[in-house]
Amino acid sequence: MSSGSRSVGSFDWALILIYLALISIGWLSIYSASYNPNADTFFSLENLHFKQLIWIALGFAIITFILFLDTKFFERFSSIIYVISIISLILLFPLGKNINGATSWFAFGSFTLQPSEFAKVATALALAKYLSDIQTNIKTVRDQLRAFAIIAIPALVIIPQPDPGSALVYAAFFFPLYREGIATGYLILGASVITLFVLTLLFGPLYIALGVVAIAILLFLKNRKKRPSKLLYLGIVLACSLFTFSVNYIFENVFQQRHRDRFNIVLGKEADTQSIGYNTRQSEIAIGNGGWTGQGFLQGTQTTGKFVPAQDTDYIFSSVGEEWGFLGSAVVILLFILLILRIIQLSEKQKNEFSRIYGYSVAGILFVHFTVNIGMVTGLLPTIGIPLPFFSYGGSGFWGFTILLFIFIKLDGNRVNEW
Amino acid sequence: MRKLLLLTIVLSTGLLFIGRLFYLQIYDTSASALSENNAIKAEYDIPQRGRIYDRNRNLLVSNQPSYDLMVIPREVKPFDTLALCNLLSITPEKLKKELKRARVYSPRLPSVIVPTMSQGEYAYLGEQMRKYEGFFIQKRSLRDYQIDFGANFLGYIQEVNQGIIKRDEYYKMGDLIGRQGVEQQYEEVLRGKKGVKYLQKDRFNRVIGPYKDGILDIEPEEGKNIQLTIDATLQKYGEELMINKRGGIVAIEPATGEILALVAAPNYDPALLVGRERSKNYTQLDADSIAKPLFDRVLQGEYPPGSPFKALTSLIGLQEGVVNLNDKVYCNGGYRYGGKKPLGCHHHKSPVQLISGIAHSCNSYFATVYRNTIDKYDTPQEGIEVWKKHLESFGLGNFMGYDLPIGRKGLVPSSTYYNRTYNYPKYRWGTTATISNAIGQGEVLMTPMQMVNFTAAIANRGWFYKPHIIKSISETDTIYSKYREKHITTIDPAYFEPVVQGLNDVYNYGTANFLKIPGIDICGKTGTAENYTKINGTTTQLTDHSVFVAFAPKDDPKIAIAVFVENGYWGSRFGGRIASIMIEKYLKGEVTRKDLETWVLTHSLEDEYKKPLEGKPFPINDGKKISAKFLAEENQDL
Repeated sequence: MSSGSRSVGSFDWALILIYLALISIGWLSIYSASYNPNADTFFSLENLHFKQLIWIALGFAIITFILFLDTKFFERFSSIIYVISIISLILLFPLGKNINGATSWFAFGSFTLQPSEFAKVATALALAKYLSDIQTNIKTVRDQLRAFAIIAIPALVIIPQPDPGSALVYAAFFFPLYREGIATGYLILGASVITLFVLTLLFGPLYIALGVVAIAILLFLKNRKKRPSKLLYLGIVLACSLFTFSVNYIFENVFQQRHRDRFNIVLGKEADTQSIGYNTRQSEIAIGNGGWTGQGFLQGTQTTGKFVPAQDTDYIFSSVGEEWGFLGSAVVILLFILLILRIIQLSEKQKNEFSRIYGYSVAGILFVHFTVNIGMVTGLLPTIGIPLPFFSYGGSGFWGFTILLFIFIKLDGNRVNEW
Repeated sequence: MRKLLLLTIVLSTGLLFIGRLFYLQIYDTSASALSENNAIKAEYDIPQRGRIYDRNRNLLVSNQPSYDLMVIPREVKPFDTLALCNLLSITPEKLKKELKRARVYSPRLPSVIVPTMSQGEYAYLGEQMRKYEGFFIQKRSLRDYQIDFGANFLGYIQEVNQGIIKRDEYYKMGDLIGRQGVEQQYEEVLRGKKGVKYLQKDRFNRVIGPYKDGILDIEPEEGKNIQLTIDATLQKYGEELMINKRGGIVAIEPATGEILALVAAPNYDPALLVGRERSKNYTQLDADSIAKPLFDRVLQGEYPPGSPFKALTSLIGLQEGVVNLNDKVYCNGGYRYGGKKPLGCHHHKSPVQLISGIAHSCNSYFATVYRNTIDKYDTPQEGIEVWKKHLESFGLGNFMGYDLPIGRKGLVPSSTYYNRTYNYPKYRWGTTATISNAIGQGEVLMTPMQMVNFTAAIANRGWFYKPHIIKSISETDTIYSKYREKHITTIDPAYFEPVVQGLNDVYNYGTANFLKIPGIDICGKTGTAENYTKINGTTTQLTDHSVFVAFAPKDDPKIAIAVFVENGYWGSRFGGRIASIMIEKYLKGEVTRKDLETWVLTHSLEDEYKKPLEGKPFPINDGKKISAKFLAEENQDL
């Protein structure tokens, strides 16, 4: 039985409905954030919301195309897609168009395309392909390194565009790796690095180093009946201390001032709301203005007054917050959580390893985008400009996430036929 | 286990975000309060304040336009400081200081830089304003006084201070509010309601349209005009009579309780407290701790009433049934009790009965009546309480509930008051300990307003309306019901006639016989109140206060009046003269007793007021004793 000819009914309608709900609310938010009461006509390419409507319409065409492709297509062509994607990223350096200081776009007339939005899909496919290969054993260091390489190459190409925010998203691939059995040590290492990093910035390296020594001594004494290796403990303590001091060095000497400012604002060490903290402050004001039920569609003062910078793209969620209030924004949060959980749940049901790993990658990528974006908009995380999936204005982003999700829906729709 | 990691993180992130949203949107909304909102601009439309008329529809107070230069500090762009200073005729230092003050108050909210500029200053500045971003001109209206008197009951308007802004959110920086007098009392009626338009701005501070299609906008409500019960002609005349004197005159219409005149002396021109000179002038008036022009002696001064109180002693005695009209009392220069120094009396015909007692103001007679009243009861405590209850029915000993924002309670002592004074029950006290109450020289204290009120109650033969100054408010025809409520005294109406006759005889053959006005049957009572002050810590007696109460005509009274002249010596000297010609002025519209008028206008008490300040011993009461012969001579001088 040809997999491409399956009935539409076997696709996961829960995911599709959540998707439709998100893009509808997302489009309304763009409409509101870009609303201009003096505009003559709705149907004008001057209007971002009208353009987004075109991207959505074209997105539906892409969805149809994906759903009618053969399921095996993605697995079979994943390597080629990956390579093409890397090449397109590299081609940005000579050919890309510089917008807002980043060379992340190909320009075709007035139309621009951002290949990094598609590279995530390609990387997810390539990683799934590699990990699901019968010859790959993720427990071996060699295969781990290869998997890391698959993830790291696009990230390393994206960083100097410069677009460190988009590169950060590649951390999402930790989740499929972990699910597929990479050592827990990596998790502990990753968590420790982040914790030490933040604590060092907050309290300075000396206190943290002393704290690490104290914890190590306590643990050592507690476990002394198990005859722990003194060398191991000493090594960990030394490594941690070295790390904290180097964090301090990197923060002070390698980071640029704007990066330092962003961290300091979130850590509450600086309270400048006029210049560097302006975006976050305005976003918080807009969200706070929503109250329980919001100001109403097109009624948000901060939204219609365009007080929040980049409100149609990265800060789109603040318009949801202001115009639909706590109830509306909680619904959006809930929809995202449901979407990600449903993807995880479906991934676990996959008999095909490729589909499962891909599903985890999709969940991870959506999660990182969601967390970093909402965290930034609500002032919990430093300003890292990455879009909110299905909400932020932009054709490439919208298509990238749509393709990412619908490949999974297609793969999932086929699982009953797998053996 | 590995399956749960992402799941757990996703769920906790979701919870964290919902918690954060709750914090931002529900818990801590300080950043987004409407007034704080940087996206909304409120434009105020301040209505004209209501005009004030007198009882004969003469315009007393209207408005003149005035312009405030306002600033919103964060919208200020660099500008030519010197040029602006020249336009405003202020120094650059002053401008800098004001700008700094505004920024400290709020960078977002408007503050006043230069208040109350005139039409002329504005005309010049208006067309230049567009050069100075962040500055704008707010039109307000200031008071325009048509009269140069009446400041004490009119009050004034002033810019609201921080305290008021905090207490009442109606008021914003630079708004004006009524202070004192009717301006304060009828603030909400006079001010109307300011309108507000909320405008939506974008981040470049450009107005992009009405906020929420204007549903929150408020239309301005014009201030209502009010008509006072004051008779401007009488008020003006009263103030002229009180020049060079301290004290007050208050006249009311007994049938209605309407205040016809409320003169506090010294007074000042209400126009002094308008415009840019306001605060300077106010400070000057406030700093005058000797004449105290801001102290309203009519409403705030508490004095022993003196002899007019004898009318009340009579009424209470009659009501309690302890005195008969025919009872005679022999007066031999004083009332003797318990071997102490007698309660002295001046020389007059003896013996006296109730009516002639009032006419001659005989201390002995009223001491007898008072003593009989208190002694009717088993203990002096009981007696005092009954006496107090009668007095309270005349509106004494408490706030009167008139519609002016200041006042004093006066004092009607209770039995508890005397128990405390005499340390009862360790020591007992008897009626004679309070005997001075009989003649209004005891513990009883009254404001001139309370004195005129009991006079009106006597004129009405037993009832009064609460005195009030509001006659009507435009567009509403109801005056507050509390001024339409008859207060009936505890004295039977029948007992008033002999007392009224006695008061009439004061004019016929008594202590005010030289003050008769042809064609008007006046009832009145003189009062001479001893008073003391402290000079360098020693209590020193000053010249007596001259007190007079009166009403006229005797039947169907149209005016009741109380006059109080500080250190004016005996009652008929200043008080009586002023009362008589005020009554004539009101009832006839002109004064025929030019002799009285000239005497009052030409006699100043300034020398008397200087005495205690000169730091050397001085004679009081002109160093003379009031005798029949002296009085006859004095009155002949006229």
